[in-house]
Amino acid sequence: MSARPRNRAIATLLAWGASLAIAFPLLWTLLTSFKTELEAVAFPPRFLSFDWTLANYRGALADGEYLHALVNSVIIAGGSSALVLALAIPAAWAMAFAPTRRTRSVLLWMLSTKMLPPVGVFIPIFLFYRDWGLLDSRIGIALLLAAGNLPIAAWMLFSNFREVPGEILEAARMDGASLRQEIVTVLAPLALPGIASTFFLVFTLAWNESFWSLNLATTEAAPLTAFIAAFSSPQGLFWARLSAASILSIAPVLLIGWLCQRQLVRGLTFGAVK
Amino acid sequence: MTAALLIRRRSYLQGPARLLITPAILFLVVASIAPLFATIKFSLTDYRLLSPGTSGFAGLTNYAHLLASPDFIPAMVNTLALIAVVLAATIAGGLVLALLLDGPVIGRGALRLLVISPFFVMPPVSALLWKNLLMQPVSGFFAWLSGLAGLQAFDWFAHAPLLSIALIVAWQWLPFAALILLTSLQSFDHELREAAQLDGASPLAILRHLVLPHLTRPIAIVVMIETIFLIGVFAEILVTTGGGAGSTNLAFLVYSQAMLQYDIGAASAAGLIAVVFANLLAIFLVRAVGRSLDA
Amino acid sequence: MSGIVLQGVTKRFGDHLATDAIDLVIPDGAFTVFVGPSGCGKTTLLRLIAGLEDIDSGRLLIDGVDMARTSPAARGLAMVFQSYALYPHMTVRANLGFALKLARRPAAEIAERVEGAAAMLNLTPLLDRRPAALSGGQRQRVAIGRALVREPRAFLFDEPLSNLDAELRAQMRFEIRRLQQQLGITAIYVTHDQAEAMTMADQIVVFRDGRIEQTGAPLDIYRNPANRFVAGFIGSPRMNFLTGPIAADYGCATIGVRPEHLLLDPAGAVSATVQTVEHLGSESFIHLRTRSGEPLIARGTHDLDVHPEESVRLRFATGRVHRFDAEGRAVPANNTCLETV
Repeated sequence: MSARPRNRAIATLLAWGASLAIAFPLLWTLLTSFKTELEAVAFPPRFLSFDWTLANYRGALADGEYLHALVNSVIIAGGSSALVLALAIPAAWAMAFAPTRRTRSVLLWMLSTKMLPPVGVFIPIFLFYRDWGLLDSRIGIALLLAAGNLPIAAWMLFSNFREVPGEILEAARMDGASLRQEIVTVLAPLALPGIASTFFLVFTLAWNESFWSLNLATTEAAPLTAFIAAFSSPQGLFWARLSAASILSIAPVLLIGWLCQRQLVRGLTFGAVK
Repeated sequence: MTAALLIRRRSYLQGPARLLITPAILFLVVASIAPLFATIKFSLTDYRLLSPGTSGFAGLTNYAHLLASPDFIPAMVNTLALIAVVLAATIAGGLVLALLLDGPVIGRGALRLLVISPFFVMPPVSALLWKNLLMQPVSGFFAWLSGLAGLQAFDWFAHAPLLSIALIVAWQWLPFAALILLTSLQSFDHELREAAQLDGASPLAILRHLVLPHLTRPIAIVVMIETIFLIGVFAEILVTTGGGAGSTNLAFLVYSQAMLQYDIGAASAAGLIAVVFANLLAIFLVRAVGRSLDA
Repeated sequence: MSGIVLQGVTKRFGDHLATDAIDLVIPDGAFTVFVGPSGCGKTTLLRLIAGLEDIDSGRLLIDGVDMARTSPAARGLAMVFQSYALYPHMTVRANLGFALKLARRPAAEIAERVEGAAAMLNLTPLLDRRPAALSGGQRQRVAIGRALVREPRAFLFDEPLSNLDAELRAQMRFEIRRLQQQLGITAIYVTHDQAEAMTMADQIVVFRDGRIEQTGAPLDIYRNPANRFVAGFIGSPRMNFLTGPIAADYGCATIGVRPEHLLLDPAGAVSATVQTVEHLGSESFIHLRTRSGEPLIARGTHDLDVHPEESVRLRFATGRVHRFDAEGRAVPANNTCLETV
């Protein structure tokens, strides 16, 4: 549909206006992260005319607590995502290529566990972890995040595998491939992009998860979510520091999100929206 | 022909297939279903961490106490209010954004990046940024904006804590709704639009009679998925108000009963109510939107 | 070269009986075509022979050995799929050589056989491309080449031409047939297109609802269809069927006459009205309706001068009328319909 130049201009203006308004809080945070604490709370707020400084970033990166939280986030998100894939890939393969009458119900059941709000199992998990020394442990949190993300990953991988044309696998079978060879030499390369985007989706969800990571981790296993949450206590209220720490905490996942937008939407809507 | 059409039962694959699914199923059962039963059990016992000796079967007294407690009804109301406000805001806003981005705009790629950003910000960060940098009545950005308009700065969290939290959550979920609706808009058949134009339909008429019905399904999906996540809004409350001043929801109630009052029995009852509530709400909403789909 | 024999091969999918106790002999070195409408079981049978599905009951003998429990590759058969099923992440060369690589043949042998097949199919300049960079016809040739390289006992083709445009299809029909004759390898070819069956086959097997309706050489089936279904399926435009008083004249429930045997004759016994005339340039087809409302198609010469609404008379060419009893079975010329039970 070729649009008249005037329509184009209006549409572009409106769209940019709305989009910038939405992204504004982040843009403002980015700006604040380069200010000194004094400038950060200055009123009326300074937009570009202030002393730009990297001190906040330097401070955040030198902060042992921050780095510890960063490492925890990476380990927890990465570890739980690896676990999710280890469980979901075989399950999705079986459901996609060797389906039975039960397959559909299994898949729906898995999705239904996602309808369970974490508070519904919070108490028993907390008590169990307490009794078994899993409180404030990275493994403990990673296991729970894995359980939360497993249904999404299973569904996403399932729909990815189903898109592999079955005839290619049959051709491999005719060519003499064993089951293992079928998977390794034909299916895996074709499924790799889907597996990668599933990993990124699950990693993102784990990185941002803010229930278990806030309730079960206090010091040792505290990831970035808990670290930032600690800024809410009055003593920790440094806006510029907060901004820099925030930007650093959200940057990795924001980048992933930008690169994998479409797959993430598909994964989150369980493939219902193409 | 896709694998979907060619999938047949192959006897030699049955054995390994069952083996491959079992670990995932077992893991989910242990991590989700088993604890759920434990919650049910706890909800029926009198179990307080500070007086461990007195635990025993208590029937439905936890539920009775909970329903009678002054915190429960407000928490339920807040939960519903939060969900309603966020759903309304994200779908309305998402629709507007999707329509804008679907139009003849320059730089759609960059626009998409801007619009989806809030979704990838972790909730504690969102909450703190909004509370401090934007909403703070002394030096926050909104205070400056209202000053420009000649108005007094609004103390968001003092006067409207729940609304403030809803605003933060809505900001985080707006990209999700917008992106889904945009994706669906872009799959809308051009030929249908052209046929309608030839029939003499104005852009508004096309929107009302063709586009919106086409969007009913993705809206239903957005509603369903957002509801599932919105019931469990927690971090934003913890980090901004700590549950005080009428901003507690069901999820936070469970947390405070367990962690602040150490009443496991009551907290479990609340947790179970949250589960039932989540499922009922999801079913109801999907039916409601589904009905408007058929209408 | 091998004999493929099916004895009582049956296959069910849930409640649906896909093939019903099929007995069939596939002649050595010949081009056998399985033809029939959708859902008739022809593709299922092909997949059973290939080993992609398991036989429920019956025997599948290849060179006298029952292969029902043998894996597809070990049966020594190669298949060309409808969608070509090329490995998208491998080059043409790798696609062609994949089976040999799995069989751990030495690299020199693989290279030699791959290049041989490529030469035979004019694929040599394309060897280092990926399937995505090939046209439909080229992909199809790679699919055939992949089967060729394996030097199988028999080729199995699953409607390989249905994704090609009409012109390419005609060309490939000829290529495939020529290749098979050159190599002398047994071929089983599945199609729903009766024209493909007629032009390519040494032997046609007509399927319906999981059963074989008739087996024979193309012209035999064309001239002597065993029943009404085969008569109506083979031949285009379709054979004309008439019931009612005209059929009664011949003493049977239904008679059939092919369009080319329906001739305009002012003294003919059948009277009909012209509906439309299709002029193809080389010939024409007249669509008519009898007085009792039955539609007819007659084939005419290219310079036919007939117009819609015109009333004409037709006769049947001598000895070219097929008679079918009440159950649809063909009744030979000397019998009466009532005799056959």
